[in-house]
Amino acid sequence: MGKMKLMKGNEAFAEAAIRAGCDAYFGYPITPQSEVMEYLAAQQPQLRTGMVLLQAESEVAAINMVYGAAGTGKRVMTSSSSPGISLKQEGISYLAGSQLPCLILNVMRGGPGLGTIQPSQSDYFQATKGGGHGDYRMIVLAPASVQEMSDFVKLGFELAFKYRNPVIMLSDGIIGQMMEKVELFEQVPRLTEFDQQWVTTGKTPDRERNVITSLDLDPARHERHNLKLQAKYQKMRENEVRFENIDCDDAEYLFVAYGSCARICQKSVKLARAKGIKVGLIRPVTLFPFPSEEIGRRAAKLKGILTVELSSGQMIEDVRLAVDGKVRVALHNRMGGMVPSPEEVVDALLKSFSIR
Amino acid sequence: MEIRNPRIQEIISEENLVYKKTSLMTDKALSYCPGCGHGVVHRVIMEIIDEMGIQADTIGVAPVGCSVLAYEFMNIDMQQASHGRAPAVATGIKRCWPEKYVFTYQGDGDLAAIGTAETIHACNRGENIAIFFINNGIYGMTGGQMAPTTLVGMRSSTTPYGRDAALMGNPLKITELVAMLPGTYFVARHTVHTPLAVRKFKKAAKMAFENQKLNKGLSFIEIVSNCNSGWKMTPVQANKWMEENMLPFYPPGDIKMNGEIVKKAEKAE
Ligand SMILES: Cc1ncc(C[n+]2csc(CCOP(=O)(O)OP(=O)(O)O)c2C)c(N)n1
Ligand code: SF4
Ligand SMILES: [Mg+2]
Repeated sequence: MGKMKLMKGNEAFAEAAIRAGCDAYFGYPITPQSEVMEYLAAQQPQLRTGMVLLQAESEVAAINMVYGAAGTGKRVMTSSSSPGISLKQEGISYLAGSQLPCLILNVMRGGPGLGTIQPSQSDYFQATKGGGHGDYRMIVLAPASVQEMSDFVKLGFELAFKYRNPVIMLSDGIIGQMMEKVELFEQVPRLTEFDQQWVTTGKTPDRERNVITSLDLDPARHERHNLKLQAKYQKMRENEVRFENIDCDDAEYLFVAYGSCARICQKSVKLARAKGIKVGLIRPVTLFPFPSEEIGRRAAKLKGILTVELSSGQMIEDVRLAVDGKVRVALHNRMGGMVPSPEEVVDALLKSFSIR
Repeated sequence: MEIRNPRIQEIISEENLVYKKTSLMTDKALSYCPGCGHGVVHRVIMEIIDEMGIQADTIGVAPVGCSVLAYEFMNIDMQQASHGRAPAVATGIKRCWPEKYVFTYQGDGDLAAIGTAETIHACNRGENIAIFFINNGIYGMTGGQMAPTTLVGMRSSTTPYGRDAALMGNPLKITELVAMLPGTYFVARHTVHTPLAVRKFKKAAKMAFENQKLNKGLSFIEIVSNCNSGWKMTPVQANKWMEENMLPFYPPGDIKMNGEIVKKAEKAE
């Protein structure tokens, strides 16, 4: 076993970036994720691994630097929080349209507008349904611990390159700021070989020029391009669903929650079980693709599902689609930076399904 | 096309060749309006890359504007950027490939309106890239709307009675502005509307690529160009109008050489 360290989620993410052999990070400060760039700066990654670190003039510039750097075939990333992620949407759409791999971290805070710097999960729709313009999807990883803030960097890069698509880690202010023990993975070497079929290295006589673009003015060709993208997203749905089940086997009720809410619900499961209520937790680890099959498969045997979210209720729409009316799905939510206690969640379960 | 006439065949033989299209321009027909400066600037940049033998080490960034399809004509590795962000995209590429030659090709709306922040900051950081800035005083691609560079009094589809500085602001001399930044190493303004002007621009363009080896900062070349379609003129009228109206306000010449501001831009030719 590797060495355990006590770290903040944001710091673990940054350390993992260096260790994952990331070639370049471009960012712009915003609470509650500024520790990412600060940690990287303190580590001098240009000396440790040769990784590029650049503070951009805006999130718009940062994501476009990512877009350019991703075109070179290297491992590149950016991080931000909700308002900054909104600014990146055009760039993300270009990355998806041009089929470029990259890793994006959103440490969500409450909105709309400038909102609050407190934690939230209200960018679920934006991350899972598109966010920018056009028909595209990203793989969305939802870390629920500092450990996963580290592990998902490596996983995120693997998936980004496997599909040549942006991958987003949808974290929140709690996971980003809290300190936990984390076991860091060993240093991965930076890339030295590049796929000459698509990267911009400079055209050599042995190949056609490589052009990275999302533009095609020919409708028939552009439709084919869109169909190709859709086929890729379908492959993600088939192969990349990840989730965690806790006490689900004998469960009559289910919590569905991700990220920090899943951590709260873990405690709620224990509290409810102590009261004799058979409840389990499904924690989606990928939000796109969503574990619809797993939730749907269990629906008929359940008396009720409670989704717990730090939003007005966004993931609940995917849970309802998954159960297809087979069981009632209720919501317990907090907004604006408020966070429910495990007891509050148990109460909500009791009330929602009139459990005595 | 096969030519059968022996007299013509004799004329077009190799030894009579005075000009040959560089192989770095593809055979695709240019999508630009006849008489437009974009095509000339493309050719000159490709000739330089050809002559310097750096095709295998050069990456270009195409903007959003009439030259959005530059990568169809330039036979080099290229990446298309979103509107205004080419300097950020080029920064990302250059930081990952510091040994390669990276350039952007941008219009005035792209570079001096929506992309002002990216332009200023790439210049200020002194990214070791070249920026080719086509100033035609108008948004060509979207049908001739006002650009940040549109002259006072100049008509466009969104200033049908002429640009009124009090209402619409003044034309922006972004080239003079970036010359003031310590990160720019070479800043110049050129035109491509006469053979002499093309030769001068070519010299400057070559310097913009050679400078990248020095790692001393950004090379920025503005090319004042025509947009006969947007200006609603014939190509000949457009060039004349450009000389009489654009060049007094945007005078060609070197503005900054080797990191030092040069005295005064030379008079319009
Ligand atoms: C975000 C965004 N806003 C607006 C447009 C529409 N648009 C395309 S080209 C253009 C203006 C380009 O003008 P300029 O940069 O001067 O280039 P020119 O066509 O004159 O060479 C605009 C506004 C766009 N493609 N993307
Ligand atoms: S619209 Fe203007 S800038 Fe565009 S190709 Fe035509 S002449 Fe050139
Ligand atoms: Mg223009």
